[in-house]
Amino acid sequence: MPTVAMMVNGKKVSADVEPRTLLVHYLRENLGLTGTHVGCDTSQCGACVVDIDGASVKSCTQLAVQCEGAHVTTIEGLAQGETLHPMQEAFRENHALQCGFCTPGMVMSAIDLVKRNKSPSEREIREWLEGNLCRCTGYHNIVKAIAAAAQTMRG
Amino acid sequence: MYAFNYHRAKSVDEAVKLQKSASEGSFLAGGHTLIPTMKQRLAKPSDVIDISGLKELQGISVAGGTVTIGAATRHGDVANSPEVKKAIPALADLAGHIGDPQVRNRGTIGGSLANNDPAADYPAAVLGLGATVHTNKRAIEADKYFKGLFETALEQGEVITKVTFPVAEKAAYMKFPNPASRYALVGVFVAKTKGGVRVAVTGAGPGVFRSADMEKALGASFEADAVASIKVSSKNLNSDIHASADYRAHLVTVMAKRAVAKANS
Ligand SMILES: Cc1cc2nc3c(=O)[nH]c(=O)nc-3n(C[C@H](O)[C@H](O)[C@H](O)COP(=O)(O)OP(=O)(O)OC[C@H]3O[C@@H](n4cnc5c(N)ncnc54)[C@H](O)[C@@H]3O)c2cc1C
Ligand code: FES
Ligand code: FES
Repeated sequence: MPTVAMMVNGKKVSADVEPRTLLVHYLRENLGLTGTHVGCDTSQCGACVVDIDGASVKSCTQLAVQCEGAHVTTIEGLAQGETLHPMQEAFRENHALQCGFCTPGMVMSAIDLVKRNKSPSEREIREWLEGNLCRCTGYHNIVKAIAAAAQTMRG
Repeated sequence: MYAFNYHRAKSVDEAVKLQKSASEGSFLAGGHTLIPTMKQRLAKPSDVIDISGLKELQGISVAGGTVTIGAATRHGDVANSPEVKKAIPALADLAGHIGDPQVRNRGTIGGSLANNDPAADYPAAVLGLGATVHTNKRAIEADKYFKGLFETALEQGEVITKVTFPVAEKAAYMKFPNPASRYALVGVFVAKTKGGVRVAVTGAGPGVFRSADMEKALGASFEADAVASIKVSSKNLNSDIHASADYRAHLVTVMAKRAVAKANS
């Protein structure tokens, strides 16, 4: 089995993995980081989105071995101790989740948007969320939360 | 997913050799077609050869009226490239509407063209602009590259290295996306080029195709009205749960009209 080494949430990790191990399974099963979810097997739902080297990526459509030397950030890597990341805080404030299954992927995707576009319009937010499905909220509060977080992050 | 051996190629030459020595070797670029297909056990390569990091397959350049895009360049990089936006805005716009942001953060032009999904977007731009697909062996004109449903002129083990697009006088792409997958239910690329007007249709048939009738009409008058009454035959078009062949034929005319209007705006 090949060995793969990468940085996950700022920590160096390395393991022997089968090449067919998906990044999401590596994160969940080897590292116990179960915040990253699997919601589909067609690469469409976005519950598994993580950040790889500064870009949001579906970790269900990425082999762990492809991430050799990469910097990966998951939902667990966002908060600073007890302080939530502004995007997480905005989701809480705006009631942007119900069951919460889609939330980690939504938050990771939204952070990538705000990094590229500091003041996204409502339309831009909705278009950006094309790859993130939510079965509960109807999206309205998610869109509100992202706009609010963008404002906080602009300072 | 079935088990396989993973190789990270250090060069195109090495990738070709690895592919040749495998019992069933598959190149991996963005993985956004290959991995879902493998997950569903519809593909079971013995060896996966990762070419995504190869420097020789990266990059975008514009010179002498030609836009050159390396095969492993991601959709998002084409969509956001200031050079592409300036030289062929329709191409950047097309790339920016492939799938969703995470698909665009990984999927590549070479992967899309090698796969030649009948509903993929890039084939419309390549055929519509009369681009050339370059491989480790040769240069293939768009008109000779696409061979129908998931079929291309590529031979076993041939690697796409780059695609060159001649800059058009005017061009635009309009797609009617499948609301779930974002793939084109129908997409039409129109271009006014040095060699005349080209109209390429994706999503509608078993593979991307040109509409000679529309090209002729637009050659005489490059206005939306010129194609308003031209209908492609629904005879060989796709019919599935998403749309009937007749509806797809109807959409071709609508998308062509909108594309011409956009190209003129
Ligand atoms: C949810 C979702 C939505 C999508 N929506 C759209 C859409 O709206 N429009 C659209 O056009 N596409 C869409 N796609 C497909 C996406 O654009 C893919 O990324 C693309 O089709 C394949 O590119 P890739 O780099 O991911 O290729 P891979 O999956 O890595 O490879 C695909 C095939 O091409 C071969 N290959 C890759 N690179 C080369 C090369 N340089 N030379 C020779 N062979 C090569 C591989 O061996 C493999 O057989 C979608 C995909 C997903 C998962
Ligand atoms: S689990 Fe659904 S897109 Fe990754
Ligand atoms: S909150 Fe339940 S799926 Fe989004």
